[in-house]
Amino acid sequence: MADTFLSIKDVSKSFGPVQVVKNFNLDIDKGEFVSFLGPSGCGKTTMLRMVAGFEEPTSGTIMIGDQDVTHLKPNQRNIGMVFQAYALFPNLTVKQNIGFGLKVAGAPKAEIDERVQEMLEIIKLPQFGDRYPFQLSGGQQQRIALARAIAVKPQVLLLDEPLSALDAKIRVSLRDEIRSIQRKLGITTIFVTHDQEEALSMSDRIVVMHDGKAEQIGTPFDIYNHPATRFAANFVGTLNVLDARVADPKKGLVLIGDDKVEVGSEINLSAHAKDSVVALALRPEAVSVGKRKGRDSSVTGTIADVHFLGSVIRIRAKVAGANLLVDTFNDPDQAPPRRGDKVALSFAAKDLLLLND
Amino acid sequence: MKNSRIWAWLTMLAGATYFFLPLIATLEFSLRMRRGEYSLDAYRVVLADPRFRDTFSYSVVVAVFTILLGVLLVVPTAYWIRLKLPKMRPVVEFITLLPLIIPAIVIVFGYIRMYGSNSVLPFLSNQRGTDLLLIIGYATLALPYMYRAVDTGLRTIDVRTLTEAAQILGAGWATIIGRIILPNVLIAVLSGAFLTFAIVIGEFTMAALLNAPAFGPYLQLMGANRAYEPAALAVISFAITWGCMSLIQYLSRYAPKSATTPQH
Amino acid sequence: MTNMAAASGPAPQRLRLPLAWVGIVPFLLFALLFLILPTLNLVIGAFQDNSGAFSLASIYELWNNPKIVAAYWISIKISAISALLGALAGFFIALAIVRGGLAPWVRSATLTFSGVASNFAGVPLAFSFLATMGRLGLVTVFLRDVLGIDIYRSGFNPLNSWGLIIVYLFFQIPLMVVIITPAIDGLKREWSEAAATLGASNAQFWRMVALPVLWPSLLGTFILLFANAFGAIATAYAFTGSSLNIVPILLYAQIRGDVLYNPHLGYALAFGMIVITGLANVFYIWLRMRSERWLK
Repeated sequence: MADTFLSIKDVSKSFGPVQVVKNFNLDIDKGEFVSFLGPSGCGKTTMLRMVAGFEEPTSGTIMIGDQDVTHLKPNQRNIGMVFQAYALFPNLTVKQNIGFGLKVAGAPKAEIDERVQEMLEIIKLPQFGDRYPFQLSGGQQQRIALARAIAVKPQVLLLDEPLSALDAKIRVSLRDEIRSIQRKLGITTIFVTHDQEEALSMSDRIVVMHDGKAEQIGTPFDIYNHPATRFAANFVGTLNVLDARVADPKKGLVLIGDDKVEVGSEINLSAHAKDSVVALALRPEAVSVGKRKGRDSSVTGTIADVHFLGSVIRIRAKVAGANLLVDTFNDPDQAPPRRGDKVALSFAAKDLLLLND
Repeated sequence: MKNSRIWAWLTMLAGATYFFLPLIATLEFSLRMRRGEYSLDAYRVVLADPRFRDTFSYSVVVAVFTILLGVLLVVPTAYWIRLKLPKMRPVVEFITLLPLIIPAIVIVFGYIRMYGSNSVLPFLSNQRGTDLLLIIGYATLALPYMYRAVDTGLRTIDVRTLTEAAQILGAGWATIIGRIILPNVLIAVLSGAFLTFAIVIGEFTMAALLNAPAFGPYLQLMGANRAYEPAALAVISFAITWGCMSLIQYLSRYAPKSATTPQH
Repeated sequence: MTNMAAASGPAPQRLRLPLAWVGIVPFLLFALLFLILPTLNLVIGAFQDNSGAFSLASIYELWNNPKIVAAYWISIKISAISALLGALAGFFIALAIVRGGLAPWVRSATLTFSGVASNFAGVPLAFSFLATMGRLGLVTVFLRDVLGIDIYRSGFNPLNSWGLIIVYLFFQIPLMVVIITPAIDGLKREWSEAAATLGASNAQFWRMVALPVLWPSLLGTFILLFANAFGAIATAYAFTGSSLNIVPILLYAQIRGDVLYNPHLGYALAFGMIVITGLANVFYIWLRMRSERWLK
């Protein structure tokens, strides 16, 4: 890729006998915002720390720009990092924290002051310059940590679960702020998180990680709508999984409970034997209660729970013994179904996903 | 990173030399009593000495009473402060720090001036009274350590919440103290007890100035008059201290961990 | 009639207060009788003369009696030097076990040993060092027979200040290690990592972040070590006999046999000790509160 700025090639990392990162490959463009998304222990933080320089890959290379940084020390890489625990220096004021990188580099005082002021404006905390970290809230500290990281104009910005320690409301507002600052400055960014909503809303691309491997790399839209594995499908967004018995592999007919369903043309069942069981998946928003134009397939189910959330109504139905979650928009002209109602749940055959484990 | 490891090893090596050399030297010296060969003669002489047995047993008995007094004093107080009088905590904590500020020699000097034969409480007018005053003095010296051990133990198990939970479930005071407080505090109390024991066994200043027949003054006497026996005594002393500390470490493994603080 | 009504009003309230206090009365009584009053007694005695009247004569004597001034001076010197050396050595050892990248058993073994060594003071410690550095001590003999260095011939005298300082280090260093290790633990790993990503070298990190954060703890523990050494007597007495005139030994001799021919001088000596150790501890507590604020 002509635009590739950060390149991770065949990187693996083992701690003793345990391999935590397995053959990781990724090319990131300049100015791109990429998330590493996965559960604890999947290796995402280790991979980030290798880009930062705190761990050395057991094999493979990392290139930033034209430079092979695989074996460079962290303080030689010109990267910015934001930590989950903020890590502001407690003995320095906000201004001194933000200006730390420039001071270390020997910049003149006037330049430091100017840049610090600029940063304070960007994070919208101009009057906090002389406060100490222990006088600030978590959200404020994290914004200052961000300002400190970008004050030195780094080539790459790394964020290690920066929002996990914050309250829900602040998390959402800070999410937007981080993304807009990153866009404005055009810094290549890697964002590590276990929260799929964060990853989906902020990223240009997501790397779904599981057990040390990059399971899927793609845009949020791609990963959500075309998950490559059961793990990716389950981890990103809610997913309904239904057990279906193959009735006719050539024609693509399966039995869900007592209902015959035809799978869409993208799913090829010819490799499966008749009467074998396959796992089919459906997103909640792909299902409707009752008949709907364009959704020609249907199964029958019993309503177990209805949660009226305002604009969205979340319905849990029981289909062939399994739970099926349905998300519909509120319609003032149509009352939501009631518990115990027997209903037809319709969907388009092409929205079915076949999960290979 | 590799560089720092070399420095760390060098530092530890230097430290180990400084600390192990005297211990090895003492051990070696204590084995030199018989001319020309290593033997346990010094130890045999010491252990056969009736003064050793007398003073050592005296100190052990004093230590046991000191521990009892300390426990009786500290445990109810620490519990009461946590439960009913949290505002008095700074005062009580300051008091428990005083024995660390006021040197032992000053404390015992104060006793001599205040509790002599012509005072209201004439502790020093007879031997029993002097023994009692010595026990009191040792309890005072051990107060900071005993209080901190028990207080930490109570804090870890969040005594207040436990008591309230038990009360809501209908438990009476006897049940609360017997089944909730005491078992959880036992380990902390034992830790404090062993520390007290270590302090009392070797203590010199108070015992000497109160003319008590304790182990400390005996050690000092031997040092003034003999050559090899003091080394043997030092080894025995170190072994006892080590034993006490190891027991404390061992016990802390069985201490109840906090139920509310999440372990990372 | 109105009197009785007025009298019955406040009575129930007065009864409620004492009950809550009953629990700590024994403790307060004990502290009063066996800690506070004896000390106050001495302090008052320092300000009296033989007739019981208020007098600053004994206090003045502290400044004017050359023997006493010398004793305070030596005590301060020994305490300060053993505290300084102990603090430095203890700090480096604590650094080694926390951030030196050593195997985990080294840390727990060191902390255990430090716990033991800091309590191994007094007479047995003096014996150990005599067995090491005394005329027949292991190191003395080794240096003489193997390396040909006779330290006694070249003027080494374990009975002077330096001998005692070396002995005191045996419990000063471990005390420092035990107290400062939690403070060094408090230096979050993320701080040094953040500093590294901002381009700082290890030295810059220590100079600009770590040492400023640690200095209240370092200074405070140094002061604690000072107070610890100042009040210690047993080790000194067993090591040097009464030949080395530090304040505790002077006080000891005075209590035993009024060598200063003025009992109130003894009280003044004790008072002087309390002032010095008291001031030291006040500073220590103040510094510890400051450092706790940052390491939250």
